[in-house]
Amino acid sequence: MQAVTRYLRSLMLLELLRGLSVTLRYFFRPKFTVRYPEEKTPKSNRFRGLHALRRYPNGEERCIACKLCEAVCPALAITIESTQREDGTRRTTRYDIDLFKCIYCGFCEESCPVDSIVETDIHEFHMEQRSESIVTKPQLLAIGDRFEAQIAANRERDAAYR
Amino acid sequence: MSARPEAVVETVRIEVDGIALEVPKNSMIIEATDRAGIDIPRFCYHPKLSIAANCRMCLVDVEKAPKPLPACATPVMDGMKVYTRSRRAIDAQHGVMEFLLINHPLDCPICDQGGECELQDLAMGYGRSVSRFTERKRVVQDKNVGPLIQTDMTRCIHCTRCIRFLEEIAGTSEMGGVGRGDRLEIGTCIERSIDSELSGNIIDLCPVGALTNKPFRYSARAWELTARPSAAMHDGLGSSLYYHVRGGQVMRAVPREDEATNEAWLADRDRYSHFGLYAGDRVRVPHVRDDGEWREATWDEAMARAAGALRAVVSEHGGEALGVLMSPSAANEEYFLAQKLARALGCGNIDHRLRELDFTDDPARPCVPQFAMPIAQMEAADAVLLVGSNVRHEAPILGHRVRKAWRAGATVSAVNPLDWDFHFDLAHKLIVAPQRLVDELAAIASALASDGGAAVPDALAERVGAAQPDAVHRAIAEQLRQSDKGLVLLGHMAQGHFLASWIRQLSGWIAAASGAALNVLAHGGNSVGAWLAGAVPHRGPAGAAVAPGLNARAMLAEPRRGYLLWGFEPDFDTANPALAHSALAGAEHVVAVASFATSSIADVAEVILPLAPWPETEGSMVNVDGAWSELHPAGRLTGEARPGWKILRRLGAELGLEGFGQIDIGDVRREMPTEPQPEFKPISVAALPPPPAAAGLYRAGEVPAFSLDPLCRRADALQETAHAQSAFVALHPDDAGRLGCEQGDAVNVSQDGAMVSLPLRVSTRVPAGTAWVRSATCATRVLGDGSGPIAVEAG
Repeated sequence: MQAVTRYLRSLMLLELLRGLSVTLRYFFRPKFTVRYPEEKTPKSNRFRGLHALRRYPNGEERCIACKLCEAVCPALAITIESTQREDGTRRTTRYDIDLFKCIYCGFCEESCPVDSIVETDIHEFHMEQRSESIVTKPQLLAIGDRFEAQIAANRERDAAYR
Repeated sequence: MSARPEAVVETVRIEVDGIALEVPKNSMIIEATDRAGIDIPRFCYHPKLSIAANCRMCLVDVEKAPKPLPACATPVMDGMKVYTRSRRAIDAQHGVMEFLLINHPLDCPICDQGGECELQDLAMGYGRSVSRFTERKRVVQDKNVGPLIQTDMTRCIHCTRCIRFLEEIAGTSEMGGVGRGDRLEIGTCIERSIDSELSGNIIDLCPVGALTNKPFRYSARAWELTARPSAAMHDGLGSSLYYHVRGGQVMRAVPREDEATNEAWLADRDRYSHFGLYAGDRVRVPHVRDDGEWREATWDEAMARAAGALRAVVSEHGGEALGVLMSPSAANEEYFLAQKLARALGCGNIDHRLRELDFTDDPARPCVPQFAMPIAQMEAADAVLLVGSNVRHEAPILGHRVRKAWRAGATVSAVNPLDWDFHFDLAHKLIVAPQRLVDELAAIASALASDGGAAVPDALAERVGAAQPDAVHRAIAEQLRQSDKGLVLLGHMAQGHFLASWIRQLSGWIAAASGAALNVLAHGGNSVGAWLAGAVPHRGPAGAAVAPGLNARAMLAEPRRGYLLWGFEPDFDTANPALAHSALAGAEHVVAVASFATSSIADVAEVILPLAPWPETEGSMVNVDGAWSELHPAGRLTGEARPGWKILRRLGAELGLEGFGQIDIGDVRREMPTEPQPEFKPISVAALPPPPAAAGLYRAGEVPAFSLDPLCRRADALQETAHAQSAFVALHPDDAGRLGCEQGDAVNVSQDGAMVSLPLRVSTRVPAGTAWVRSATCATRVLGDGSGPIAVEAG
């Protein structure tokens, strides 16, 4: 008896109608999708995107070549060479990050004692040659210079939770 | 530990953390726990240094003691119960750590010691995560202590290991503490450099980053470096060391503990010489010369040229027209294959003793001239006679052993051509002009012969008979005769002397007649290996009989048609650079196998093959004790440089010789002798060359410690030290007065027609009749024999 009722019910396409009602309901609701790239969804202050090397307000680079980021990097994406600069300070001569190797875990910025290497909230970047995946020290510093205001603001907003 | 036979040791029973231990009486708690593998934190304690007990980090809880006791300074007592992990011990250690960190800066990220710092390690275990100290930390001004050691004195925790090392081991007392309490500052008291030849060891001893390696500064982290074991090839001792390598590049050298040679220390020369590896004039690819112009070539082309040159010499003029000159710091395999190649070409002219002048007693030399008293036993010697030896700089580790013997009560005497500043006191010293060295030794021999009675061999008899021993000669003879473990040590100045055969034979007889051991320290890092492998003109491998060829001196004095130069620079590494230059310039074909191309090679050679120096090559060396060390390649081969044995194997194959088909270095080693022939009998010499009339000035052509071989001459840091100063001529005040010159005046120094102008130094360290003009330096590379007549005139 039950089987007969189920069979007859199925002929009435009730499941289909229930599904279509959900569609109809969402059709009239406000939309989730944004008109990327004109419109963007909000990001966390802790978003881990493209890397940057920061400077102090006086223009001096922060990085002191302690190599903790290189040591902590689980993907071995960072390569540093260091030397003594003419003024006797410890500085990098090479600071390369391979963005293909990087897993954006954020350990480098966690380990940095001088808040030099940071991950900005920039996630829109691309490259046209394989070799461009390696960002060098001048490039990283340029990113830092360009987005310093944004980096500082994100860090300030997040400071209360750290 | 020491080579002295261990006496039966009384032991006591103690208990550490509930573990029963039986330890030697009068040892300290920390020695007992170290042996048992129980860890006690420490900073100032070091097993090779005296006990200071001033860091207090090793405080442990001892039962019935009213307060924690320092484990490094508390002798064990029977039934003692020690607790290293009790509440009281841990509290004490935490407290000490907090005090130590009060004034220690938190600059680990820029500190070179970061990652290998004892304070950092222990702070992880005993430090607080947050400091309670909110006052200002003290700051101490850095000192400039020379080009080798970087100071950051704010980081110093006053363990005084550096002070104790320089005082006890290096014997120079160049550092000390000034002030008290938190105003205590460690330094050189007055602004000066630390000039000890063992100074680099304070870098290893420093538990924090106060003293670090200056040329290495900021270039790598401890965790990036791979340690590769190797041996130092500068002074024949083969000090064990680790090369720290990053990305195939040698970054630094640190000692590898080896009680038989260098204990826990490393000489500065061995520590810093590798910085010369990547010098600008390193030969990276083979070069050939076409019509006077040098150009780069492939290995195939350069090998064909080299083989062609050698073949041309041998086919046109016979094997005797070829001369094979080798560096005294090459690997055993290179010596072996080179002599095999030379002898296969019918050429017996092969030698590595480039800095020696007198070879008359070659047949009388032992099969392999290794030390009769091993290095480790030298500290137990009770009488030492140095002959022509600045042992402190020729082989710093050997100097340290002599100093150890002296500290244990041995009397040390010297017969030297210069009054060197030793780190031990000399009981008797005979500082005489080079031409008088033989007379002094003859007088000592005469003193021994007259009271002792052993017969003097014929070759020496006339000279010894004519000698007039005075009280000093008798005292030295007596000192050697009365000793149980006497030692006669011949150094570089004796080996490079123009009457070296006299000095060797007399010293040998003195040693034999007084029951002392004779140790002959030759130039270079692997002279013993060269003798064993047969890279000498009069003997084959392990002393095998061969048709004798010309020695290094004769090959240049009687110019050959062609030369094969192996791993040295003719104007720096030969006894007579002027002679070497003229002989090589006049040769038809010169093939150079070299790591560094100086003008002296480029001017005379037609092919330069890039040779890998020993930190990059594979091979083995034999030290003065006869102990073999394996040389593992530490750094990656630079450019197209190749290990020496491969170059020789290829050259042999190219020349169509038999027995050059070795696949790997093991094949070469299997062919080589590993031991000298036990039944080898030296032939005593009938006559030695008549000594020249001892008139006029004679040159004491000492080789500066840091100019010994091409590698250390290129290590910038070493060349900046005080020891590298070489552009001078030093005279005794009487000789200077005769010239009418004063300190600082420019004087003309001439030898064999060549003249250079050098500033004069007037010093009583130079005996009358002697001109101290250093060899192996830029200023003196046009001059003649390192030991021989020289003229000095007012400029």
